[in-house]
Amino acid sequence: MLDILIHNSHFLLLGQYPDGPIGGLALTLILSLTGLAFAFPLGVLLALCRVSPYKALSVPSAVLIYIVRGVPLVMLVFWSYFLVPGLIGHLVSAFTTLVVTLVIYQAAYLCEIVRAGIESTPKGQTESARSLGLGYGATMRHVILPQALYNMLPSILSQCVSTVKDTSIGYVISVQELTFSAQQINASLLTQPFQVFSILALTYFAVCYALTRCAHVIERRIARRRASGKMPDVRSVINDSVFQS
Amino acid sequence: MLAHLNFSSIFAAPNLQHLVWGLQYTALLTLTSWLLAAALGTAMATLRTMGNPFVERLVAGYVAYHQNVPMLAQLFLWYFGFPTLLPDSAQTWINAHGGEFIFASLALGLCMAAYYSEDIRSGLRAVPHGQHEAARSLGLSYAKSMRYVILPQSFRIAMPPFINHTVVLFKNTSLAMAIGVAELTYTVRDIENQTFKTFEIYLIGTVVYLAISLSLMGAGAAITRRTRIAAK
Repeated sequence: MLDILIHNSHFLLLGQYPDGPIGGLALTLILSLTGLAFAFPLGVLLALCRVSPYKALSVPSAVLIYIVRGVPLVMLVFWSYFLVPGLIGHLVSAFTTLVVTLVIYQAAYLCEIVRAGIESTPKGQTESARSLGLGYGATMRHVILPQALYNMLPSILSQCVSTVKDTSIGYVISVQELTFSAQQINASLLTQPFQVFSILALTYFAVCYALTRCAHVIERRIARRRASGKMPDVRSVINDSVFQS
Repeated sequence: MLAHLNFSSIFAAPNLQHLVWGLQYTALLTLTSWLLAAALGTAMATLRTMGNPFVERLVAGYVAYHQNVPMLAQLFLWYFGFPTLLPDSAQTWINAHGGEFIFASLALGLCMAAYYSEDIRSGLRAVPHGQHEAARSLGLSYAKSMRYVILPQSFRIAMPPFINHTVVLFKNTSLAMAIGVAELTYTVRDIENQTFKTFEIYLIGTVVYLAISLSLMGAGAAITRRTRIAAK
């Protein structure tokens, strides 16, 4: 196993870079970061639409979220891969296709997390903000969202783990990320699939487990701050709407 | 745009038959992996409550591995990697008996068991300790107090995340297409290759997935409502 790792470490980490396109673990991380960078603001925006008193905003966002949550990611990727080029009239790279799909998919899940955060912020917070004369927008922006996002930080981080894992779907449309690279190494070695895929699993584990530990540390810190009375108490949420994949 | 859609070649006999078979495989895969995941998940969550530090660490490691490695990588490890560790005769037997389906069930079931065990564990922890002590002092054995007092309550508390993960399990069956299980997504791609009715066939596939997912969510919400313990 070690000799496979040594011989293929460059390919696993960077793909064919600098002689070709970047791939491997580097591409997996690029995909995750780009995906999250766009998915997070979109998720917050969707959550604001979802809790908004205007039906014209809350209904479409609810429909979008139910559709995205009810369909497998692979199906969504195929939709973008096969149908979007036909609709917009020119080819889109597999990388862009995957990023756009990941953004929409993760935004739907992040939206549900942020929504749970907003809804579990005590009502008194909104009421006091409003009675101090803040408008709806200012209340959200300065009072509710900062608390909601802080309280939901652990869930948001575990959603980041999901994003890293979901980039592996790039394999089905031949994006050269980590899973695809491992499959290529396996195809050239042929005789040691167990070792190759163990390396693949362990690499993902190293990245995702580090993120998971961060989430635990932050969760404990939040619990401690709340116990010491520095934070307003948040009623416990049984998240029937927070999904994980 | 909808006026230009043509479903006739998809609904012609062989393709429709394919689609139904694909759906059956998806249902069967969901069922087998669900049974495995639910049984193993419950067992692991219960084992963890017994307070043996070695078992505790073992289960925690199991959960950490399965939650931090993508489903696809786990599928590949099981389907391509694991058989090479077996003797030749076992490999031949597995190949002759639909190895891809067996390994897809195993991979999915073992992975989702990790999520289920966490759901149930959080349910178990939410049951007050007094319940356990009361059951024991009434003369119930450890197993019986688990079976009749603790588990029924924790299942109710664990129900919402349990349902969510069941929907995730159902959606994840689509990944089995990557190792050649002829389930719904695989069939959809197959029919697309034959008929070139890309939009139509993906529309059908998506609607089927959506309908089943939403039904699962709806059924889950109904069960949660019906079994909810009245607030004290």
